[in-house]
Amino acid sequence: MPIFKGHSFIDNEWTLVGDDAPMPPGNAVVSKARFTAERNALAARNAPLGLILRSGETLDGLEDDLKRFSLIVLDIPKYTDGRAYSTARLLRERYEYLGELRASGDVLRDQIMFLHRVGFNSFDVTHEGTIAALRDGKIRLVRKHYQPAAREDEESAPEPRPWLRVSPRGVPGDALDMGIDGGGI
Amino acid sequence: MYRYDEFDHDLVRERVAEFTDQVARRLSGELTEDQFKPLRLMNGVYLQLHAYMLRIAIPYGTLSSRQMRRLAHLARTYDRDYGHFTTRQNLQFHWTKLAEVPKMLAELAEVEMHCIQTSGNCIRNVTADHFAGASADEIADPRPYAEILRQWSSLHPEFSLLPRKFKLAVIGAPKDRAAIQVHDIGLEVKRNEAGELGFAVWVGGGQGRTPMIAKKVRDFLPEADLIAYMEAILRIYNQQGRRDNKFKARIKILVHEMGEEEIKSAIEREFAAIDKSNLQLPRDAVERIERYFAPPAFDTRFNGAPAFERARETDKEFASFVARNVHPHKMPGYAIVTVSLKPIGGTPGDMTSAQMDAVADITEQYSFDEVRVSHEQNLVLPHVKLEDLPAVYARLHAADLATANYGLVTDIICCPGLDYCSLANARSIPIAQRLSERFADPVRQSDIGDLKIKISGCINACGHHHVGHIGILGVDRKGEEFYQITLGGSGDETCSIGEIVGKGFSSEGVIDAVETIVDTYLKLRESPREDFLTAYRRVGEAPFQEALYAHAA
Repeated sequence: MPIFKGHSFIDNEWTLVGDDAPMPPGNAVVSKARFTAERNALAARNAPLGLILRSGETLDGLEDDLKRFSLIVLDIPKYTDGRAYSTARLLRERYEYLGELRASGDVLRDQIMFLHRVGFNSFDVTHEGTIAALRDGKIRLVRKHYQPAAREDEESAPEPRPWLRVSPRGVPGDALDMGIDGGGI
Repeated sequence: MYRYDEFDHDLVRERVAEFTDQVARRLSGELTEDQFKPLRLMNGVYLQLHAYMLRIAIPYGTLSSRQMRRLAHLARTYDRDYGHFTTRQNLQFHWTKLAEVPKMLAELAEVEMHCIQTSGNCIRNVTADHFAGASADEIADPRPYAEILRQWSSLHPEFSLLPRKFKLAVIGAPKDRAAIQVHDIGLEVKRNEAGELGFAVWVGGGQGRTPMIAKKVRDFLPEADLIAYMEAILRIYNQQGRRDNKFKARIKILVHEMGEEEIKSAIEREFAAIDKSNLQLPRDAVERIERYFAPPAFDTRFNGAPAFERARETDKEFASFVARNVHPHKMPGYAIVTVSLKPIGGTPGDMTSAQMDAVADITEQYSFDEVRVSHEQNLVLPHVKLEDLPAVYARLHAADLATANYGLVTDIICCPGLDYCSLANARSIPIAQRLSERFADPVRQSDIGDLKIKISGCINACGHHHVGHIGILGVDRKGEEFYQITLGGSGDETCSIGEIVGKGFSSEGVIDAVETIVDTYLKLRESPREDFLTAYRRVGEAPFQEALYAHAA
């Protein structure tokens, strides 16, 4: 399945490796269990390493290792499962993880802005409608926000209330031509 | 009152545009009902037994006359000429057409209203003391904090897909008129010994099938830390709350399973670790919100209210209205007036568009353009001059809104029940109506005194039966409606969960049973000043069980 990143779908350059499968050459994503068990051997590998956290798995025990990963995938088995949103913010805000953060699974188009704001920057989406909306740039986004999140680098903070934030144009899936900012309804 | 600036207007307009797009996708068939469900729920649209229901947020229950008139207009134009005020200080329209919902939302947005987060597993409309800014016992007005929490929680990117719904309530007085101890988070504004503002924080209260009284996790949280502390609690809940069983998913279960000490230390650990640099609430920012809620321009030259005194002496009905529905105001010469939405035999919380317009007129002319919705499904005119009370009473009377039963046996809280709601097991409205008729005699009501009856049509407890002095729960027993009675519940600062008194009653029998309970109380009370709850707490269940069941055994 292609990955949505930036403003387009690109090929997935990562291989998800099963817990018992031999490690392939190149970019490989492993589970928390495998990483924990084979920490030193995986560190000695000379290729980018990724981590996948299943829903319900936490960052506990991984705090000192997060900078080793070039990719962290958070699994979202069902669109109603909001746990990954907290994990994402912790990664970005508390542990200052700077690598790729991927939302993988059942994501509705209406959740893209939330996912973006908590720090995700790539999407491996199973939902057909979401894929089409991302591809066609048809997502209507609420661009004004009542709270800071994990995008302090790009969001502006208009006066006077200190908690207000505004997203810039061009977040993923943005319907650039809809003129919502101009009160287009 | 809070007023939108351009930012708020833009945000709500963007949201209406987003939902309009979602409705169009549903109507065109691009979205199935299943896919549409979480989207409509985030915007307050439920699918009920007969039609779509639209639930409109009334933040902390506060409305202007313009907003009330708009609700009347919506009732006339898009519904069957009435609306239903709920225990969450909201308004529901039960007969809406999905295709018209975007138009309704656009009309609401024009008067600074919306339906955001009135349903779904997110932070719901924040409620507050309906006497805020008016009652004499207030430490500080809770509404500025409720407004700040409303903003912070609106479309929160991290906390919009929680294990289950999440409800906050704020009070600013030691007297709890917002039932904060049966909320997911309850906040009491207070001052510490140094005179600084902050909050006592309760977590994990709730009703539903597993009623729990909240635990106090902080005796004093400084004002500046409010948002960071809320984020700490919500993050723990979002990550650790149960998602395997809908009925065990509220934070009260997590609090119960972790225990008071463990949840406290988990919250404090997370709070300590949170980067507070952008979550601090600076005093000047709070002050800016407080200015919206500044006291109105009261007439400070109070020098008696002769017309009021004369009317009280000569008009018995007016006098009993004053005795029940008029409450002391912090400002001499003013009063707080409860407008009862519990006429004898009526549906609790229902109001016609004509009544809404009448209240809007009174609000504009006599209450500094402000009216409140109480969680007890009544309206409150917060700032009425004593001298204007006879005129206000006459106007309410003309609109059939002058029922003098606040806090009495016929001032019943009641959910919509099986007449509307797809979750209900039994009807609740007809029970409320028949109880109201049974106790209609005003002399008898007055003799019985303070007594809160609360009725829910199912275990979800939208009618707050767990905290009713007398609680009634409708259940389905082999296809037949059956009613369980609980006694001794209370939602105030002495919060308690009612105890089941014994086996249930049929829809016929439950009315007699309540009458038996009331008569038993009248016989055993020490004096007319000992109200039902006090008497129950003194004697316990036994005399009531005896009266209800002894002859059957």
